[in-house]
Amino acid sequence: MEPTPASQPNSMVLDSQVPDGPIADLWENHKFSMNLVNPSNKRKFEVIVVGTGLAGASAAATLGELGYRVKAFTFHDSPRRAHSIAAQGGINAAKNYPNDGDSVHRLFYDTVKGGDYRSREANVHRLAEVSVNIIDQATAQGVPFARDYGGLLDNRSFGGAQVSRTFYARGQTGQQLLLGAYSALMRQVAAGTVELHNRSELLDVVLKDGRACGIVTRDLLSGEVTPHSAHAVVLATGGYGNVYFLSTNAMMCNVTAAWRAHRRGALFANPCYTQIHPTCIPASDDFQSKLTLMSESLRNDGRIWVPSTADESRQAGDIPEAERDYYLERKYPAFGNLVPRDVASRNAKTVVDAGHGVGPLRNGVYLDFAAAIERDGQDAIAARYGNLFDMYQRITGENPYSSPMRIYPASHYTMGGLWVDYHLMTNVPGMYAIGEANFSDHGANRLGASALMQGLADGYFVLPYTIGDDLAGLLGDSVVPTDDPVFTSVVTGIEDETSRWLSTNGSRSVDHFHRELGRMVWDNIGMARNEQGLRQALSDIPALREEFHRDVRVLGSADTLNQSLEKAGRVADFFDLAELMARDALEREESCGGHFREEHQTTEGEAQRDDDNFSHVAAWEWNGPDTPQTRHVEELTFDNVALSQRSYK
Amino acid sequence: MSDTISVTIRVWRQDGPDTPGRFETHPQQITTDASFLEMLDLLNEQLNDRGEEPIVFESDCREGICGTCGVMINGRAHGPQRATATCQLHMREFADGDEIVIEPFRAAGFPIIRDLAIDRSPLDHIIESGGYISVGSGAAPDANLTPVPREAAERAFDAAACIGCGACVAACPNSAAQLFTSAKVGHMALLPQGQPERWSRTEAMVEVMESYFGPCTNHGECHEACPKEISLDFIAYLNRDYVKAKVKNRALSGQR
Repeated sequence: MEPTPASQPNSMVLDSQVPDGPIADLWENHKFSMNLVNPSNKRKFEVIVVGTGLAGASAAATLGELGYRVKAFTFHDSPRRAHSIAAQGGINAAKNYPNDGDSVHRLFYDTVKGGDYRSREANVHRLAEVSVNIIDQATAQGVPFARDYGGLLDNRSFGGAQVSRTFYARGQTGQQLLLGAYSALMRQVAAGTVELHNRSELLDVVLKDGRACGIVTRDLLSGEVTPHSAHAVVLATGGYGNVYFLSTNAMMCNVTAAWRAHRRGALFANPCYTQIHPTCIPASDDFQSKLTLMSESLRNDGRIWVPSTADESRQAGDIPEAERDYYLERKYPAFGNLVPRDVASRNAKTVVDAGHGVGPLRNGVYLDFAAAIERDGQDAIAARYGNLFDMYQRITGENPYSSPMRIYPASHYTMGGLWVDYHLMTNVPGMYAIGEANFSDHGANRLGASALMQGLADGYFVLPYTIGDDLAGLLGDSVVPTDDPVFTSVVTGIEDETSRWLSTNGSRSVDHFHRELGRMVWDNIGMARNEQGLRQALSDIPALREEFHRDVRVLGSADTLNQSLEKAGRVADFFDLAELMARDALEREESCGGHFREEHQTTEGEAQRDDDNFSHVAAWEWNGPDTPQTRHVEELTFDNVALSQRSYK
Repeated sequence: MSDTISVTIRVWRQDGPDTPGRFETHPQQITTDASFLEMLDLLNEQLNDRGEEPIVFESDCREGICGTCGVMINGRAHGPQRATATCQLHMREFADGDEIVIEPFRAAGFPIIRDLAIDRSPLDHIIESGGYISVGSGAAPDANLTPVPREAAERAFDAAACIGCGACVAACPNSAAQLFTSAKVGHMALLPQGQPERWSRTEAMVEVMESYFGPCTNHGECHEACPKEISLDFIAYLNRDYVKAKVKNRALSGQR
């Protein structure tokens, strides 16, 4: 079908604030041109940081070190619980320690290309520049990165990269980096520069005269709703992968902070860009609560296959070689089992949808180590992947040394998020979004080991510079008092919302609706999308949302720890987000990165971009609960990277 | 292969920190492929359908790394499987007809909030007292300036693997937090970057620890319960460093 032109932007101008000049000097020159806040004046400014994952903890710690008065908020019992902790593989940095040809420019280039040319060049270049500082910082904090026998840092190649630029700490890189940022944060808590609010969930942001002036939180233990004011608000609240219900995200990950900011005027960019990770353990039953990721490194030695005949009932070991389809090796002889995440995921879906799925629920494909074990011996494979094999066995009860693993793709990361400019400020003055919560650096697809890099780059080395430029202009201004009507009206609104949930008295649990919503989003806005499915989602989601608001059952009271009540608000926001995802996916009449429109593929079945019409960011403006959002456009220009079509044949 | 088993759940219910608790009994049928927490999810779904409030229990990553989950299962912190956090425990570890007693982690330093949820903030206070290396953002030298012997880095990692779940405290007859504290002290004391603050850190962290938790008498239950199998050796290192810290002339500690 013919591509339809994207909606025309209206009067709102999306100014990315990217300075002029050669890209390699932009950030360096810009640091000089920004306003500074004198050290003795920094203590006159209050900054709220919401979320204490890699981005939030590093930002709060750094701002505290600089002398700002920081209030950090987490809805966990401790800042160390944030989901950054679960990242396994590693963190990229252009250190070029292996002397294999890496450079800032190459990391920049690879990230723009890997994002399928849908990210902003200037932001990505800055990310590549500061990546080297992150490794220095983390090492000085005591992060125990892997080392070689000379005592220097070790690197590995990750996710098909042609250079070894990934630093790692066994399979727990995210944990170790987060504990580093957490320790820096706790040092500032002890120093009194950061006031830490645990078990406090953001339920709204507050604006006065168009500028962010604070937030309103609910204490998850006492239920108390409290306003907090500040000169600036930083949202570091992660991604929205749990819109699919089943994902590799932690149970509590949600979109509420970003979504409520959106409802107050912040634009939400590229919501349809979601990443589906190919190597997760398939669901085993209908009440599966989450999915577990198995490191991508398994594809280095494992061979992926399905039975050649559909509805095969034999065990894997009984299926002869001739009746197996090693479909990735067959279709992509050059890259084989190491094709990028999106390609591997989509191909798994294709074979499972065609009835070739394996396992009791026929919802997986085999990842087979028999050939590797025969070639290298079981000890060598155990040395490489022992932890992962143990984890697999613990979860499935099956021994992957003797029978192949079963894997299937799952929602893992979201590239979309709040629109931000070069300063990481949303279009709402004084409100920032950092880490996975913003849309900025990964375009339509994130490369492996780049999420940790971006979170820490934003928190340690970007936001602490850019926020001063804006705050400098506010010298002498006091914060808006929390008894101002802009705060009290929001507090009342939240209390009303809480009593509404508790008095609905419906018949089904919050989880029931979340699971149903997740199924709709997965089926229609998952690995492959088409117009018919998206239109279906646009009619099904509002219908289910109406039922949710009418028929949900939230028991208990508001003045105590009430987990159903917490979840009700989060799921309500997922409903609204899901609808926007469908609209964004429908309007983006092309395939790019994690967004695959079946109508737009090459004759070989690969993603077909439309650079003439869609080389832009789509940023959506909220118009009220019953009116569709307006789509705004930020054009993307590529002056330093040549656009090309990815090919893995 | 999956089977469906029938078990009897005896679970601790407590409405608030200051109210008396009680055990509730619920029969439950569950496939052995389900995780332990999914079994509780299902029970909560059934309770909600019956108009009874769901059981409050905490979990987040469900991959055994965030440290949010943790309950006593038949008297053992995190249950019967070795080196396994509650969220990674699966029902295939249980048999048809089993009675499963579920309680919160119990320790004076971990007040009960509600049902199975507890307050572990004293662990944060221990870290706050010195569980860090003081290096401001941007002040770090090149990461390869200081080589770290591989063995030292590996040993430091063994300690740094602690997930802060508090099972060590719950398993200890004295409710001591030595394993948790020694893991952080050991992680930093083993690295060159951790040397400048080594003695003050050790002293400060031990003193805050002792204000919340009981004394260590080397039972070793903590190690048995630890999902990351943190070694008891770190407690020995901690004790050694604490004694040294008391006599160390800090002005001379820059000397080799």
